[in-house]
Amino acid sequence: MKNTLRNVFHSPRFLVGFIIFMIILLTVLIYPWFVHRDPLQGLGKGFLEPGTYLSVYDANDTDTYRVELPEAAANRLEASLPTEDRQMMIDYLKAMGVDVSGLDTSNEKMEDLLVAWNANYDEADAKKNKYEGFATQAKRNALRRLDNKIKSSNSNVTMSVVKGEGDDATVKTVNGNDFVKVDEVANSVNLPLGTDNFGRDTLTELVEATGISLLIGLIAGSIATLLGLLVGLLAGYVGGVLDDILMFIANIFTVIPGFVLLILIYSALGAESRGIVTCAVIIGITSWVWTARSVRSQVISLRNRDHVNLSKLSGHSLFRIVTTDILPYIASYVVMAFILQVSSGILAEAQLSMLGLGPNPNELPTLGLMMNWAKLFGAYTSSNAWWAYFPVIMVIALISFSLNLMNTGLDQVFNPTLRD
Amino acid sequence: MKTDEIKTAEDTRESVSFGTRDKDFSKEPLCLSGRGVTRVFHTGKVTTVAVDHVDFDFHKGELISIVGESGSGKTTLSKMLLGLLEPTDGEIMFQGKPRDISTGAKKREYWKGIQAIFQDPFSSYNVFHKIDSVLLDCINMRGGGNLPKEKKIEMMTEACSFVNLKFAELTNKYPFELSGGQMQRLMIARIFLLKPNILLADEPTSMIDACSRATILDMLLKLRDETGMTVIFITHDIGLAYYISDSVYIMEHGRFVESGKPDKVMLEPEAPYTKRLISDVPKIHEPWDLSTVDLLQDA
Repeated sequence: MKNTLRNVFHSPRFLVGFIIFMIILLTVLIYPWFVHRDPLQGLGKGFLEPGTYLSVYDANDTDTYRVELPEAAANRLEASLPTEDRQMMIDYLKAMGVDVSGLDTSNEKMEDLLVAWNANYDEADAKKNKYEGFATQAKRNALRRLDNKIKSSNSNVTMSVVKGEGDDATVKTVNGNDFVKVDEVANSVNLPLGTDNFGRDTLTELVEATGISLLIGLIAGSIATLLGLLVGLLAGYVGGVLDDILMFIANIFTVIPGFVLLILIYSALGAESRGIVTCAVIIGITSWVWTARSVRSQVISLRNRDHVNLSKLSGHSLFRIVTTDILPYIASYVVMAFILQVSSGILAEAQLSMLGLGPNPNELPTLGLMMNWAKLFGAYTSSNAWWAYFPVIMVIALISFSLNLMNTGLDQVFNPTLRD
Repeated sequence: MKTDEIKTAEDTRESVSFGTRDKDFSKEPLCLSGRGVTRVFHTGKVTTVAVDHVDFDFHKGELISIVGESGSGKTTLSKMLLGLLEPTDGEIMFQGKPRDISTGAKKREYWKGIQAIFQDPFSSYNVFHKIDSVLLDCINMRGGGNLPKEKKIEMMTEACSFVNLKFAELTNKYPFELSGGQMQRLMIARIFLLKPNILLADEPTSMIDACSRATILDMLLKLRDETGMTVIFITHDIGLAYYISDSVYIMEHGRFVESGKPDKVMLEPEAPYTKRLISDVPKIHEPWDLSTVDLLQDA
């Protein structure tokens, strides 16, 4: 036993798969200790990009520190001048007859553009409304505001914040070089994976969903393996009429495509009555067939071995022979089948949820439900919110990959013909 | 020349104490007999008749050899005798009455009277169980489950020393830690504990080197002398069968082609198959006669 385990953990494939799986599992277990957020709590409306969000209101109330950042002004302009404004600047310079061949709206050319603007723009000249495309009052006002913005960013800017109303109102002046410390701001939220369409924190939701999906896979895999093992052992060892009956049932399950059966059962149940356990149980009882078949064939090859005959001659009961003389010999195989069943259980849940047939979406998230929401709310079409679906796909792929890698590693250890 | 060889063997035999060949066993009560015992295997559309209407009478205390080449149906017959396989046709009588092993309890009762040693000691043991459990099973089967632990250990030690093994060295070991000869000796120790009326030995020495083989045979025959049990010895080695048996059955393609006292069968063989088996035995100081091989294949 110790030796077998050592062999298993010396298999590089098994080890890599095991490490990936353990990292996922530990993340699922440890993450809730640090983040106590309800995974289904909406934090806002719609998709928010990944990043840290600070409360402006609280930032104004926080103590300020003076930080002289040399590039502060340039950064401020870069962030506050949208592409349209930059394009308008280029268009105006062009209308004035300035050479604009080296200019565009990118951040790299920002400095050149500002130099060209400061050298050529003249407010008095602009008022004469002589240039084509800038003849209206509205255009001229826009140009003036733009110029003010550029001019003000160069100098030491200030801003007045009025708090409260009427006589109680207080005015606070904020300087351009006033900084707040992020962790002193009363309210800030770090969203490494942004939010989904409901405004939920995607990372917290993803960790919770991974845990639920693993649980579904575990329950489905256990049920499928236990059922398959029971049917396979009985059919293989007892044989005869029982074998015929059990294999007849197995054949029926083989002929009906499992996935179609799942869709039918899930649709018939309705979303309200589909808890995660129900979902897992249904996946389990529709996927035991191939375990049963392979266990049966293994048992048939074992049941006429001398050690089984000797056990019979020693007067052991059927139960004892099956559990002590047959089962240990196929245990490694059963473990491998179990790993694959867990993996396919997780995938089956993801597929079904993707089709909108998953567990009740109001209770808990699953990986498949997250994919379904991303699809329904256009995360990969209109919103282009990669953070709402790409991490989910990666987690599904990693779980499946690690489990299959563990299976191949075990196969290499227990199947002598595959050894290097 | 051939007869001389065999006579030499007989001389050696007579000097050994277990010789019971001259005893007339037909007066002893029948312990196992069969009429028209048949076993047919179906594999897809192919039908194989492994054992084809064989009749036999095994008397109490007799040492019977069933001799035949590989695939002649010896092992199938032995499994039917043990009750591990149901005969397709025919009847097996146990102690004069039709054998009834229809329920688990009756089977367990039957197996108290008949036990076996299998061909391959390496596959006879459950590799997940320690040696102690094999021997403890035998004590339990004999109704000694409630004996104190010291008594059990004493019984196991006695059984092991009967086959020249030291129980103290074997306890807590796994079967695969023993050599093939030791494993087969442990099988005999198992029989020693069970003391069945009938022992079915299915080529017990075929997987073991020549030196251990003699020891194993010696122990088997010693055990038989002590307990007076009937031994059904299944072998492909006709020389060995002649040397130890009280009665010999020659099996070819699922049928008994010849049977009787070993002297009669070996010295005056009638069936061509028996003649071939005898001539196939290699002899020292004499060219190996392989002419019968071609002769029989043509026939």
